[in-house]
Amino acid sequence: MAVTVSPERDVVATPIQRAFREALYAGAIALGLFVLFIGLRTDQNINNELILVQRWALLGFVVIATAVGRFLYVGYAQPAMERANAEKAKAPAAVAEPGFVRQNFNKIGVAVLLLYPVAMVLAFGFQGSLKWVDNFGIQILIYVMLAWGLNIVVGLAGLLDLGYVAFYAVGAYAYALLGTHFGLSFWILLPAAGCMAAFWGVMLGFPVLRLRGDYLAIVTLAFGEIIRLVLINWREVTNGSAGVSGIPKVSFFGLVSFNVSDPNYIAKVLHIAQSGAYYKIFLYYLILGLCFLTAFVTIRLRRLPVGRAWEALREDEIACRSLGINTTTTKLTAFATGAMFGGFAGSFFAARQGFVSPESFVFLESAIILAIVVLGGMGSLGGIAVAALVMIGGTEILRELDFLKAVFGPDFTPELYRMLLFGMAMVIVMLWKPRGFVGSREPTAFLRERKAVSGSFTKEGHG
Amino acid sequence: MDVQASMNDFILQVEHLSMKFGGLVAIGDLSFQARRGEITALIGPNGAGKTTVFNCITGFYKPTEGMITLNKRDGSTHLLERLPNHEIPARANVARTFQNIRLFSGMTLLENLLVAQHNKLMRASGYTFLGLFGFPSYRQASAESIELARHWLEKADLVDRADDPAGDLPYGAQRRLEIARAMCTGPELLCLDEPAAGLNPKESASLNELLIDIKDNTGTSILLIEHDMSVVMQISDHVVVLEYGRKISDGNPQSVRTDPRVIAAYLGVDDEQVEEVLTEVGDEDVIEQLDTGPDSAHGPGNSASMMAGPVSDTVEHADEGERVTVSKGASKAAQVDARAAAIASKPAAKRSAAKAAPKKTVAKAPAAKAASASKGKEAAVKPASGKRGGRK
Ligand SMILES: Nc1ncnc2c1ncn2[C@@H]1O[C@H](COP(=O)(O)OP(=O)(O)OP(=O)(O)O)[C@@H](O)[C@H]1O
Ligand SMILES: [Mg+2]
Repeated sequence: MAVTVSPERDVVATPIQRAFREALYAGAIALGLFVLFIGLRTDQNINNELILVQRWALLGFVVIATAVGRFLYVGYAQPAMERANAEKAKAPAAVAEPGFVRQNFNKIGVAVLLLYPVAMVLAFGFQGSLKWVDNFGIQILIYVMLAWGLNIVVGLAGLLDLGYVAFYAVGAYAYALLGTHFGLSFWILLPAAGCMAAFWGVMLGFPVLRLRGDYLAIVTLAFGEIIRLVLINWREVTNGSAGVSGIPKVSFFGLVSFNVSDPNYIAKVLHIAQSGAYYKIFLYYLILGLCFLTAFVTIRLRRLPVGRAWEALREDEIACRSLGINTTTTKLTAFATGAMFGGFAGSFFAARQGFVSPESFVFLESAIILAIVVLGGMGSLGGIAVAALVMIGGTEILRELDFLKAVFGPDFTPELYRMLLFGMAMVIVMLWKPRGFVGSREPTAFLRERKAVSGSFTKEGHG
Repeated sequence: MDVQASMNDFILQVEHLSMKFGGLVAIGDLSFQARRGEITALIGPNGAGKTTVFNCITGFYKPTEGMITLNKRDGSTHLLERLPNHEIPARANVARTFQNIRLFSGMTLLENLLVAQHNKLMRASGYTFLGLFGFPSYRQASAESIELARHWLEKADLVDRADDPAGDLPYGAQRRLEIARAMCTGPELLCLDEPAAGLNPKESASLNELLIDIKDNTGTSILLIEHDMSVVMQISDHVVVLEYGRKISDGNPQSVRTDPRVIAAYLGVDDEQVEEVLTEVGDEDVIEQLDTGPDSAHGPGNSASMMAGPVSDTVEHADEGERVTVSKGASKAAQVDARAAAIASKPAAKRSAAKAAPKKTVAKAPAAKAASASKGKEAAVKPASGKRGGRK
């Protein structure tokens, strides 16, 4: 509620006078706004009659709070901020050397990821670490991998894909069905699932090659829904919405198994106590390895002609064609590579859950993955990893809102506010960093020195 | 033009090219040739269809009719109208630039030039697979491509900014970068769409140097669209003039400049007023322009060059429903032709000759005033007086 006062009067009035006046205005506006919202409330009495409850005390409290807040803001906070700004402007603009954490962000990140399960086990014991390794660690890393895969399509090639979850589903069902029916091992099915997802990536790519922007987005969205509907309705194969259960666990290359009944169960091999945590920790390192693979391939591809062609395609497709780049195959390779990583993540997901159903592959998943890519800064692996941590870790943390019950009383169900808080956080981040956490782009080659390219020059792509 | 010249003398042969957009004939039955190792300029008023010719040559449009033949140095021949868009640079070695600059603005200068070497590097990287595993053959090709990029950055005088984003460059430098990028594809024919548009005189001069250097040292032939007559006259060996999609003149720069049809097409006035405009506008502005090069205020918006105009590109026009049918009578060149014919058959045109006589003296007075009376000045004045002579 910004009450603007003409500048001539500002000169005369001291900040406190002005603050007092604006506080009155703000209070009046609050009163006008809330008199019906807060002051009066319709309710039912015991006889089921509609009655009007009057809440003047609450209204008064809100109005006074508004007025006091405005008074403090105009009288004290604003002058303080102005002073701070003026001081900052006076001081010579010292070029801030990026801090230690920022300079070694990647190394620190890798070290933290490698040590994370160890730290959790030390802190909470094997049983206590389960939640932290599984719900947080593995969950976040799956989304990191998915987002890095989608980043190739959206962030590098600039092709807006709203149906990415379809490839995730293809990978998951490929492992679930081939694993349960033919008993093939995860290590054979992982590449197979990747190939199948890549195949479907190309299948999707062909019809949408000529589409751009909104049209492309709508068709990819439809593709995601088609795959989900096929999974639901092709009952003979996919078992419909009941899903596929009893998916075999991953073994350590067949050497060590994580099934208690097997002769080579890890606890028997290593002569340690039985625990479900071993499998989770193993899965954690498995998905971490897959993530590193994705990152390695993405970084390598960016420095190869095909990766540069993707980025050039995002910048200007017509110029690409004038330089002899076959935009058709370039787009298809982007779709296929992105889809392949989605397929890897999908088969890992199936192995981890032990159960897949079409419920897991709804549009919301695509939207979340895309949101992670956008929030992280399109094209930047580090930014996307941080975004996944914030988004997925954030929603998981928000499950633990029980302390709010102490504030709002025992009927309060904090889970309901999870998505609201989440949405608000996203809006705030996008206002604060419109190009995502990492808006700049790392050049793939340099003559003298590697300088990051500011986000204001890069384009988002239009197709 | 030597008709007996062997086929391979011409790098590009355009024969009976037509391009229609619905009812609009953007190019009608256009034939011309570009010689190997020469700079051929394609000029014409706004909307004459120059960019459309480029789009046909580089495969962005499929021509309605006609044949475009490219003869490579090694003797192979490509029919450009049959090749898919991206194969024209890759196989026929034709590179182009755009009227509205199309750089990869978020990539550095060096990266822009590396993208241009895509096909070569793609082969060297074993279509990505060898490169992914870091095979040494790719590393060597990659180092070579960076050397080539450095070479062209030096030629374009941009090497100091190699690691800056292309979008950060000033306008003139972006134009040079676009040419350097096109050269990195190793073209035999380089098509430049208004490379001097929006350049200041200094930039324009360095552009001329760059183009001459390309012509002399790489053996690349250049096809050039240009409104800036100082550029056209200084560097081109051969000029083709278009008006409303039809060729109205073709020859060396001198003969084109003195062609009355070209003058009428460019000044675009009623035939009654041609002489008037020539004497009034031609003497003071245009002729001086031709002699001394572009003035200091020269830019895209306020160019004093008589042939400058708004910069617009037509590559993406296709769906704008901009269908204009041009009546034949609109062509100034056609009017000149028609009038010449009429005058020849009608000897009783003395009235208009008498009217024109006083104007002739007006025309000569300022011409005599100007100290440096050079060929450029005479060139523009002569056709006007010549025409009047014809009317007597
Ligand atoms: N894709 C298209 N669809 C419809 N009409 C088009 C298309 N491209 C060009 N035209 C029309 O063809 C005519 C020639 O256009 P062109 O861009 O080739 O002219 P130009 O000689 O390059 O002009 P300028 O000097 O302004 O660049 C114009 O009338 C234009 O509107
Ligand atoms: Mg044009």
